Amino acid sequence: MEIQRRTFIRSLCYACGAITFVPACTTRLKRWRYLIEEEADLIEAVAEQFIPSDKDPGATEACVVNFFDKQLTGYYTHHQETYREGLKSIQRSAAKAYGKSFREMTRNEQNTFLEQMEIGELPGEFWEHTDQRVFFNMMLDHTMQAFYGSPRHGGNCNYVSYKMLKIDYPHIIGQNRYGEQKSSVKPKNKVL
Amino acid sequence: MKNKHVNAVVVGAGAGGGVVAKELAVAGLSVVLFERGGWVTYDAHNDDELLSQRTHPFKAPFGPDNERHRRVFVGQDGSERIVLPNDYAFNNNAACVGSGTVSYGAMAWRFMEKDFLMKSSYGHVEGSTLEDWPITYEDLEPSYEKAEWEIGVSGDHDGNPFQAPRKKPYPMPAFQYNREGQMLYDTAKRMGLHPFPIPMLRNSVPYNGRPACYRMRTCVGFACPVNAKCGTHNTVIPTALSSGNCELRINCQVAEILVNDQGRATGVKYFDEKDKGRVQTADLIVVAAAAVETARLLLNSRSRLFPNGAGNNNDWVGRNLQGHAYTGASGIFEQDVYDDVGPGACWAISDYNHDNEGIVGGGLLCNSFFTPPYAFTRQRPPGAKRWGLDHKEFQRKNYKKLVSVRGPWQEIPNYEARVTVDPSVKDHWGIPVARMSGERHPYDRIGCQFMSDRAEEILKEAGAIKTWQGVGGRGLSGGQHQSGTARMGNDPKTSVTDKYGRVHDFDNLFVADGSLHVTNGGYNPALTILALGYHVGGFIAENWNGGTFSTGQS
Repeated sequence: MEIQRRTFIRSLCYACGAITFVPACTTRLKRWRYLIEEEADLIEAVAEQFIPSDKDPGATEACVVNFFDKQLTGYYTHHQETYREGLKSIQRSAAKAYGKSFREMTRNEQNTFLEQMEIGELPGEFWEHTDQRVFFNMMLDHTMQAFYGSPRHGGNCNYVSYKMLKIDYPHIIGQNRYGEQKSSVKPKNKVL
Repeated sequence: MKNKHVNAVVVGAGAGGGVVAKELAVAGLSVVLFERGGWVTYDAHNDDELLSQRTHPFKAPFGPDNERHRRVFVGQDGSERIVLPNDYAFNNNAACVGSGTVSYGAMAWRFMEKDFLMKSSYGHVEGSTLEDWPITYEDLEPSYEKAEWEIGVSGDHDGNPFQAPRKKPYPMPAFQYNREGQMLYDTAKRMGLHPFPIPMLRNSVPYNGRPACYRMRTCVGFACPVNAKCGTHNTVIPTALSSGNCELRINCQVAEILVNDQGRATGVKYFDEKDKGRVQTADLIVVAAAAVETARLLLNSRSRLFPNGAGNNNDWVGRNLQGHAYTGASGIFEQDVYDDVGPGACWAISDYNHDNEGIVGGGLLCNSFFTPPYAFTRQRPPGAKRWGLDHKEFQRKNYKKLVSVRGPWQEIPNYEARVTVDPSVKDHWGIPVARMSGERHPYDRIGCQFMSDRAEEILKEAGAIKTWQGVGGRGLSGGQHQSGTARMGNDPKTSVTDKYGRVHDFDNLFVADGSLHVTNGGYNPALTILALGYHVGGFIAENWNGGTFSTGQS
């Protein structure tokens, strides 16, 4: 039997739906939509300083870089240029101050570097197109969104942040928890 | 094709407009209800914090969209910038059928008697436009009652000793406290305060053909997955539509109220879902687009007798923009206080709404709605590091141990906090956009400090091991509690509408939303806006004479 176009599209939709139903990512992407490999590495290194790995997974294990790549061709398409230029400026600033790339710096050096950037104290020569504090805040904010937001947007792989905060994941919907409520003192009358 | 003439056009299918449309339709008037957004469903907004109407880094999921809408925001330093709907400076209200009542936290507050009599109660405040309402609490009481029963409120009839007199109980029993609420209840009792469960526009038991709430943590900012949250979209608007007298026209942007040379409103010009410019004529017009857009629409409606916009001959349209300065304190506890019984907010006190020594007004205090993980990254004591191991440790350690007690401070209105229309910036349809400028009255800062001190006392008494204040009251107000831009009054020289929401000098042009608020109460305004819908809609329906609307004014 010949498959009708409409039937085919419908089954394709079901297939896609099924794919998005499982956690959106489990590992770092192999191919990027917008980023080049070097940029992806740098974002990952910066994000790992923002949310480091300790006894719980950090930004790298949460694949936050996937979020950046996905949103730079999604909701944050308008930030593409800021990222391309801003990431270059980080590299140039690092090369000038430490004689090596950001990723090659020690964790302490990276930390110091970012603390300077946060208060706008990296040498200004590489930051003419975009304010280093603005770019710092943008990267920090996006990292938090990636790490703590829904995995459907690219980050928070395997719900690592929800596990860390000990909240249920995926969110349970449809559970009626009335019977489980306990309360020592009941507020006055007419209460369930 | 030309639209058929109708009795009434209502602009905006939110809290005020939804109620008015229903009141008119069941009274037998033919109504066209315009909404710039469409219907939203729960499924499209599946508990995703980054796509919530409360925290919206990507876009405002319940509208308006970033592609077609914009505003101009004027900073305190005079700088101007164009802002999109997901920018907080835009001060958005949801653009969908039901508007904010789909995704709100659904607190159902009646204002107190003194909230309608702020100037009589406290006298003149220098530099403010503090004034009494032209109606009293008693005037609005029957409308509050209708709102509570038709939309649906769960609450404790006599839980709050400070509340204004109520005639009829709530239709549904109050919600039980969660762990945090119970702790604060016990604390407040110990302190001699008067805690009670927050009245909510949310079903505590099955009501109106819809099920009871099952207390999910994500509620505010989202549509309800089981339809237990009560808004105009699942109550009065369906009633209006099933009367057969109301047509809901979604995805339509109203551009202008048409006013003839005799100063009579004849209809509206709007853009339909295909961006085609069209006209809908009507015997009367009701504007209920929320404080910013209502002001914008009136100001964009210029005519021979009203060259500066409809109802604006005395330059009061768009003035007195108010909202609520949220203020309070946060505390960290040793033990877990979070028990995942949503939506979080459930406990309140009204002890500080009025009669605070040396303070003009006040506000309620309540516990907060649950803070989702990304928003929690901003819940920090002053000076705390925002990133690194410190950040992570704070998140991990305190996510279930942090309590915020906050409330909406009743702002002191002023003349310069305002909405105008921008001379050059236009939206997708070429309509001049709203331009917002000015700032809060300096007194708000004083009041907010007072409220934050009270909140911190409670948290300390509750046993918090660390507390800090978040004091509001700076900058321009507005937000989802926006109000005041078409204030009611008896004197046309100092107000925009009369006490029935009818625009001065018009016979057939009304406003029915938060714009009417003379002052905004120390409470979330949704129930008052719903009540004003009944107040204005009821007045029109009573005076409808079956033909061209006229009550003999002007």
